Amino acid sequence: MSDYYFRTSDLSVGYGGNVLIHDIEINIRAGEIVTLIGPNGSGKSTILKTVTKHLAAIKGDSFIADASVGAMSYKELSRKLAVVLTERIKGELLTCRDVVSTGRYPYTNTLGLLSPEDHEKVNSAMERVHALDLADRDFTAISDGQRQRILLARAICQEPRIIVLDEPTSFLDIRHKLELLSILRAMAKENGITVIMSLHEIDLAQKISDKIMCVSGDVISHFGSPDEIFREDIINELYKIDNGAYNIIFGSVELPPPAGDPKGFVISGCGSGIPVFRRLQKKNTAFCSGILYKNDIDYQVARKLAAEVIAEEPFTPISDEAYERALAAMKRCGKVICAGVPIGETNRRMAQLIAEAEKLGLTAGRDEY
Amino acid sequence: MSNSSAKISRGGVYARYWAVFIGLIAALIALTVWNINSGSVHISVSDIARIIFLREGDETQMNIVWKLRLPRIVAAAVMGGGLALSGFLMQTFFGNPIAGPFVLGISSGSKLFVAIVMIIMLRVVSFISSWMMVIAAFAGALIAMGFVLLASRSIKQMSMLLVAGIMISYICSAITEFLITFAKDSDIVNLHSWSQGSFSGTKWGDVRVFTVIILVCLICVFLMSKPIGAYQMGESYAQSMGVNVKRFRVLLILMSSLLAGCVTAFAGPISFVGIAVPHLIKMLLKTAKPIIVIPASFLGGCVFCLFCDYIARTAFSPVELSISTVTALFGAPVVIGMLIRRHGGKG
Repeated sequence: MSDYYFRTSDLSVGYGGNVLIHDIEINIRAGEIVTLIGPNGSGKSTILKTVTKHLAAIKGDSFIADASVGAMSYKELSRKLAVVLTERIKGELLTCRDVVSTGRYPYTNTLGLLSPEDHEKVNSAMERVHALDLADRDFTAISDGQRQRILLARAICQEPRIIVLDEPTSFLDIRHKLELLSILRAMAKENGITVIMSLHEIDLAQKISDKIMCVSGDVISHFGSPDEIFREDIINELYKIDNGAYNIIFGSVELPPPAGDPKGFVISGCGSGIPVFRRLQKKNTAFCSGILYKNDIDYQVARKLAAEVIAEEPFTPISDEAYERALAAMKRCGKVICAGVPIGETNRRMAQLIAEAEKLGLTAGRDEY
Repeated sequence: MSNSSAKISRGGVYARYWAVFIGLIAALIALTVWNINSGSVHISVSDIARIIFLREGDETQMNIVWKLRLPRIVAAAVMGGGLALSGFLMQTFFGNPIAGPFVLGISSGSKLFVAIVMIIMLRVVSFISSWMMVIAAFAGALIAMGFVLLASRSIKQMSMLLVAGIMISYICSAITEFLITFAKDSDIVNLHSWSQGSFSGTKWGDVRVFTVIILVCLICVFLMSKPIGAYQMGESYAQSMGVNVKRFRVLLILMSSLLAGCVTAFAGPISFVGIAVPHLIKMLLKTAKPIIVIPASFLGGCVFCLFCDYIARTAFSPVELSISTVTALFGAPVVIGMLIRRHGGKG
């Protein structure tokens, strides 16, 4: 008996005998949340379909509590593993309660009649996803967010040990994304249910997952904790995005900086610069920024968006070198935008820099940016 | 609040189910009585009661009731139910509300095979058993179904699948007509009316065969209502609920082909019952749950065919209409209405 609740061994997946991704070796403990990330068409769904046995493995196998999924009957598997798929549910004339009730299928008698206990479980699953008020609504008449919650309730009342979800947050607005993921986290941590899913939102993947699996090319390029995976080089390479577009600290991406000669110099600090940077970027105006301490939040954004950032080490007085560089850049840009910066002991020379800009007549009015 | 309201609405749902079932059974009884009492020869109600319950009366009248009217009524009812059931299974299989044994060419496949076997047997041994006809019809249904399935593998669009089915149906009918035209003897007359679809001339021996087959199928299908319900959600979900989808699909095909073949063997191809009845029943019940829809569709098929056969028999008496003429008259508008509704809903 291994430590891991779910594992794959030498698994190759694909369609019609053509291997798409090979050598998949992953180990997951019970109650962990594992997220597959990677570009469109990289084969995330193919892996998930193989895990759920909708596709036969081309080589190798996966194991739930050391029992081979390949050798398991669908019936056995249905008591261990539930799914939330991207494909639409076809049924007609179904209420939401009917849809959730289908989760009890593996436990009902020959005719599929629900016992009072089953009804109880259907209710509590709907309560779990805050969807009891939808019970008698027509399943085709509810919103995408509601539909995903109903499908999750359906999976919950199947009482699985593992839930597999294929892009459960697509088409959901931000509130419903957060809501769905919080429910998943609660299930994983409180009930020890293992969650395997694919997500497009890498920022959310970083925040919810215990393990991240990067699907790229024909292999799993990386598998590990979010701390190990969410590095700029790994993400940039995985999604083939330009160096620097992905911000590791915010877990978000930025559009590329404007090209051309810088036309403005932004003086800011403690976040006052971010809205200015964004406005300039939207106008497609290149700019310089400084003098920013490297622990300033403005620095994190300026680093991605500014043509040049004059930076200083945290908690040190501004050096002559940085000051001279800032002054030169200011003159080169021909315009200075003061977004406001608190002046304290160490950055006293910022006041001097602002005064110098005034004296040179470079300071732009608020309406100019 | 939500708990109690859920209970109330479920109570309302059950009341609706009861109402539909009671209505269907009442209609079935009424139509049976009505059918016995009508025909080109007038027999009074009291005579009929005596003939049926006491088995006494005028010999000609005895023959009319026992040898003509009663077997025909049982045939219309049981085979109508079988057709509705077969249609329901095909709609489930293809996930398409307008699939049915007639439009997909399954009935015509059966017809062709039965015609071939009939002509050969009548020529060689001048005798054909009911079971042989059923086997031929079942084989024909399976082969036509095989072609439809082949077509469905390369044609993903549902409407095109129906076109393929209709083409198969035309081909089979053309060959059947060809064979009938060149077949000899007085059997042609018999074959011709059968190939148009009719419940007339049913014998008690036939009744025994198709009743056994169709009722056994009904029970099997009813016992399959759980996986059918899962399958209605889509193949992937069904599988994740523990249904062995591959095996289940084979069972669906066998059941629906056997039902359609069996009906065709005895009554010829009958149109629209398979599409219209399950649809009407679902509308009445406001549910697609197989455990309710399966028995209700069967009853609905009984009622629908009894009604249509009554009209076929009596509308232009003594000339009889083919049963398909009447079922198409009432069934086709239902299908058109359904298409318009669905299309309107999507647009």
